Amino acid sequence: METVTLQDYKTSEKSWWCPGCGDFGVLAALQKTLVKLGIPPHRVAIVAGIGCSGKMGNYINSYNIHVVHGRTLPSALGVKLANRDLLVIAAGGDGDGFAIGMNHFVHAVRRNIGVKYIVMDNHIYGLTKGQNSPTSDQGQKVKAAPFGNVESPVRPLSLALTAGATYVAQGFSSNQAQLARLIEGAIAHPGFAFVNVLSPCVTYNKINTYDFYKQMLYDLDADKDYLPDSRGRAISAVLEREELVTGLIYHDPGSVAYEDALPGFSQEPLAGRDITLGEAEFEELLASYR
Amino acid sequence: MPTSFAWMIGGDQGEGIDATGDVFGRVLSRLGYCIYGYRHFSSRIKGGHTNFTVRIAREKVLAPQANVEVLVALTQETIDRNCHLLAPGAPLLADSQLKPTLPEACRAQLVEIPLTQIAREIGAPVVRNMVAVGASTALFGLPLEAFAAYAREKFARKGETVAGQNVEALQRGRAFIEELGMAGRFSLPEPAPRERYLMTGNDSLALGALAGGCRIMAAYPITPATDIMEGLAGLFPRFGGAVCQMEDELAAITLVIGANYAGARAMTATSGPGFSLMQEGIGLASMAEIPAVVVDTQRVGPSTGMPTKNEQSDLMAAVFGGHGEGQRIVMAPGTAEQAFADGFEAFNLADRYQCPVIILSDLALAQWLQSVEDLPLKQHRIDRGAIVAQEELDRLTGEFERYRVTEDGISPRALPGMPKGQFLATGVEHASSGKVSEAPQNRVSQVEKRSRKLAPLRTRPEAIEARQVDDAEVVVVCFGSIVGAVDEAVERLRQAGVRAGRVQVRQLWPMPDLPLTGALSGAAKVLVAEQNATGELRQLMRIAGLEDSRYRSLLHFDGTLLSPERVVAAVQAMSVKEEV
Ligand SMILES: Cc1ncc(C[n+]2csc(CCOP(=O)(O)OP(=O)(O)O)c2C)c(N)n1
Ligand code: SF4
Repeated sequence: METVTLQDYKTSEKSWWCPGCGDFGVLAALQKTLVKLGIPPHRVAIVAGIGCSGKMGNYINSYNIHVVHGRTLPSALGVKLANRDLLVIAAGGDGDGFAIGMNHFVHAVRRNIGVKYIVMDNHIYGLTKGQNSPTSDQGQKVKAAPFGNVESPVRPLSLALTAGATYVAQGFSSNQAQLARLIEGAIAHPGFAFVNVLSPCVTYNKINTYDFYKQMLYDLDADKDYLPDSRGRAISAVLEREELVTGLIYHDPGSVAYEDALPGFSQEPLAGRDITLGEAEFEELLASYR
Repeated sequence: MPTSFAWMIGGDQGEGIDATGDVFGRVLSRLGYCIYGYRHFSSRIKGGHTNFTVRIAREKVLAPQANVEVLVALTQETIDRNCHLLAPGAPLLADSQLKPTLPEACRAQLVEIPLTQIAREIGAPVVRNMVAVGASTALFGLPLEAFAAYAREKFARKGETVAGQNVEALQRGRAFIEELGMAGRFSLPEPAPRERYLMTGNDSLALGALAGGCRIMAAYPITPATDIMEGLAGLFPRFGGAVCQMEDELAAITLVIGANYAGARAMTATSGPGFSLMQEGIGLASMAEIPAVVVDTQRVGPSTGMPTKNEQSDLMAAVFGGHGEGQRIVMAPGTAEQAFADGFEAFNLADRYQCPVIILSDLALAQWLQSVEDLPLKQHRIDRGAIVAQEELDRLTGEFERYRVTEDGISPRALPGMPKGQFLATGVEHASSGKVSEAPQNRVSQVEKRSRKLAPLRTRPEAIEARQVDDAEVVVVCFGSIVGAVDEAVERLRQAGVRAGRVQVRQLWPMPDLPLTGALSGAAKVLVAEQNATGELRQLMRIAGLEDSRYRSLLHFDGTLLSPERVVAAVQAMSVKEEV
């Protein structure tokens, strides 16, 4: 195994996040995990959405593609299908994933694509300066909703579970050890692995703060009676606590990734395969049009 | 004697009209005739009038015929809507069960034939249409055995009984016409037997893409593009590829971009509404210099428009759609052979120029059957464009400069998985390293670099196809599927003593201004024929500095395919002598 160091994953670019932003913790946990697993940077492709969170790819020395707002998951699927040997990580915000990209989230879950999806869920739109996001609490007052948010929030964990997710976890950006463990589990999982990270926006969200989470979060990993092996129990566990939980919530050991389920799909990376079509094969195809 | 014949079958949707037209056309193709098979249908699955016409000729034809020699009617509506296409005395075969009547003005010969009843007697009501095919073989004096052999082959999988019932249906239909003494009513010219294929532009485009190395296809179903996805879905598993039916076109285009970024050849295919949704993604491919192949099979727009009718009105969307000023290559095939060639070459262009390539197809090309003599695979070779060598990456001391400013604007890319090639591909403006940069100077140099890339395409030899322009007084300029109608019109005009020629624009953007200037230099008049209401091709030519006082427009936008007759009339109306 090549030795991989943290330095390998650093870029020359300085992070532009606000001091204290939860996203620093997510980046650090991801880098640490990649180093721990000894995965060299050229084997990793990070597909990032638009938002403060989407800057993730700018600060990590891997192959990065920073796409259009909300299309993180379909782009990531494209990367995975082209080169299945890559570790493909999709990363974005709650707006990117559960507003403009919600459609793709549910379908990526249901396809069980071989992509690890890390959402930096700050319950707010950071980059556009503080509008409510689909995960914002009811009543949250922002400039675009001065009388308070009247919508009830999306519950990403239960949504993923009911859509058929095979790996569902939630971390908290200041609990590095747990977050790294959850990401490690996601990387080992065949198929779609969803890690929602409560990652406070210190600038625009005055409700879902570090202190708020420290008080409110319940750690399922520490609960000896909780086993992440039943979808039904997982759904009730997260719903009962309004999703204010951390840990591995559900894991299906029998998961089969989309790329393994596709009929006839290449076992080697398509990117490296010979793509010339033989004359005889072509003639045979043409013959069916006689 | 006419040089081509048209046979039309009409009925309600869901009654197997297309399948019957396909059988009739395919056997005639095997007999050595050139076929053009076109249809009229509506956006319904069951019910609603539909018809399928098989035009039969000795030489290649690619346009509908103004009249039909034979009409087979399975509904009274078929008669009412189409009998005006028949010459006086021409046979109209109608199922007796309809108790068919002819509209007062119609002078066709109504031949009642008990299609349904014969099929019932055979014990298989579904063979009704085959009875009509059998009857038609008699009218045209065609060898029944060829049809019977085809039926046996086609229905072999369904067992002896089904195949036998179909053959019997053919025989009974034929016998009925023979007994009426109508056999051999039309004599077709001797065919020029040679192997031909009968396919649609969607079929050949899909084959071109496969041959061009496409292994990932992502799409959301939409008429008239879906056949491409369906065709490849059947083929890709043999070649290790995948067709992904996505949740929408936003997903389809961004999947394609992700896959091309990571080194596969991937495409999507859609039509107007989906193409509108893809615009933001196409902009990303332009900005991050990622190859992407997008097929837009145009139909009538805007909005849902007329989903099953012809139009060529997405030129501006293809060239300028989306925000900002992104680089795109827009190709426009007009025949199945060209759709194959473009389906292949689009991937080479996309890789070579690292930008989106749009293949602007249209409904008639996409879905109508045409005879194809050859799809010359050997003329094409895969070219992956500039990819940095691993040794070069290994020698690097600093970062890989993915967007290095080069003389021709093309910067070699690294593919994910290549050690030391890591870079950021982003839709945000970036410096040569890929890192985000909003510095004014950098912006200018990156914009110029990206624009510079496409300059050589302006003189690409394959960008236009000119015919008979050397001595032409009037040159008709067109693109897409109407090239068949234009060619036929030019031939008729020449026969009538008008020196006409045509230029087909095969690459709409970058506009091949120099080749076009050359091809049009001798013409006294230029008629730009297109299927839209605002003259989009002419506008593009104007933008490219081509238009002058010789130019006129022929705009056709009623949803039907432009006919040779309209082109002939338009050229004749342009009095060449009046303003020399
Ligand atoms: C199509 C489109 N619409 C709107 C925007 C503007 N926009 C950029 S980021 C963003 C929301 C960001 O919120 P989130 O995804 O939660 O990320 P965060 O900044 O909080 O990390 C929006 C609306 C855009 N870039 N593209
Ligand atoms: S605005 Fe919020 S989410 Fe964005 S960088 Fe600052 S703290 Fe982080």
